[in-house]
Amino acid sequence: MASTAIPRLTSPLPIKGAARRIHVTINEVDFDMAVEDRTLLVHFLRDVLGLTGTHIGCDTTHCGACTVLLDGKPVKSCTVLAVQVDGRKIRTVEGLETGGKLHPVQDGFAAEHGLQCGFCTPGMMMTAVALLAKNPNPSEDEIRRAISGNLCRCTGYMNIVKAIQHAAKTQGGKS
Amino acid sequence: MIPPEFDYHAAGSVDEAIGLLTGNPGEAKVLAGGQSLIPLMKLRLASPKVLVDISRIADLSYIQEKGDWLVIGAATKVNDLNDSKLVGSSYPLLADAAAHIADPLVRNMGTVGGNVCHGDPGNDLPACMVALGAQYVVRGPKGNRTVPASDFYQDTFVTALDPSEILTEVQIPKAQPGTGGAYLKMERKVGDFAIAAVAVQLSVDAKGTVTRAGIALTNVGPTVLNAPKAAASLLKKKPSDADLLAAGKLAAEAAQPTSDLRGPADFKRGVVQTLTQRAATLAWSRAGGQR
Repeated sequence: MASTAIPRLTSPLPIKGAARRIHVTINEVDFDMAVEDRTLLVHFLRDVLGLTGTHIGCDTTHCGACTVLLDGKPVKSCTVLAVQVDGRKIRTVEGLETGGKLHPVQDGFAAEHGLQCGFCTPGMMMTAVALLAKNPNPSEDEIRRAISGNLCRCTGYMNIVKAIQHAAKTQGGKS
Repeated sequence: MIPPEFDYHAAGSVDEAIGLLTGNPGEAKVLAGGQSLIPLMKLRLASPKVLVDISRIADLSYIQEKGDWLVIGAATKVNDLNDSKLVGSSYPLLADAAAHIADPLVRNMGTVGGNVCHGDPGNDLPACMVALGAQYVVRGPKGNRTVPASDFYQDTFVTALDPSEILTEVQIPKAQPGTGGAYLKMERKVGDFAIAAVAVQLSVDAKGTVTRAGIALTNVGPTVLNAPKAAASLLKKKPSDADLLAAGKLAAEAAQPTSDLRGPADFKRGVVQTLTQRAATLAWSRAGGQR
């Protein structure tokens, strides 16, 4: 995957309390930055790095809108501290497109109309990417179980399931 | 929501973590996966001054059979139980529960140790451990001690764990031929705590007669509840439908549910009765019992 250009905010979050430097790889780009101990990963991504593709939905570990991949596994970034990911690899929705070409999962969501308002979509797609990496040909039941921690209030999930099946087909069993 | 300020320490070893807990009496909390603790901190229901992260301690994450036990390291992720072939093939009670704890994303961060020692009556693994007859290895400034799961839970968020101690390992009696279990959970939606859930673990002899039984209940009391009368009622029997119904009724009597958003207390007792009947039926057939 090619490096992703990351927009930087001109004034990062002010640090008041205890802080430390963390080294973290985000979408294949290395960062070595000071963060406050209590900064949540989702705020680090959105407010410090300007990666606003990762959404904050419920902020209470229920909805999965903030899902990112931590060393390849989907986690809820509103319930992870930035200091917990020191030395680890993060992938966000901004890291899916490579060289102007959409990821098969992104293509699937476009082709099958896998979104309406789009708020859950970044998290939903990150979970789908992790599922297909582990299980390239999931059954409908396996897809539904995998996305059971990601809430969508628009689609009724039908087209999300179809979008992931579409991606599985176009990936041809490869992740 | 941003948690209140705290000092974060990534412990390199269990002893270093115990040193940090001992050095900050009453102010430090262990952070494993953080899937219960971080939400509590965001809601200001917990405000520890010091967080001791044990997730980087390499030798705290494992699932293996050793001697008479299945041993699980405290920092093992819940999803590692789902992925474990050993758990999937030989420990059906654990496999059932692991598939229904929170949701798949939370299970990628949440740990076995955190789930068993957090002390929330809605945690799913405590009932499994009580039914299985598991024990916990706990290390503190004075060294290791072992606590049976059935003695560990005292009240909501109150356990036998001293603030300077860390739970390092869960030990479950090794699966033998003729043992089987089941965990059945009724929940409003994926990710919610149980309305009620029941763990049943049985051993049977060659004729299908029950020789050991453990039954424990999730989220129908201030803490996990052991249901020894219900379990004892199945002993020395090839349980008939009437026996299973009687066990369900005894489990419902052991429950101490309160009425809340998840339903009235009487309804929850009914759920406990039915889930106990069904879980005991499933556990008995998984143990090798045949009608």
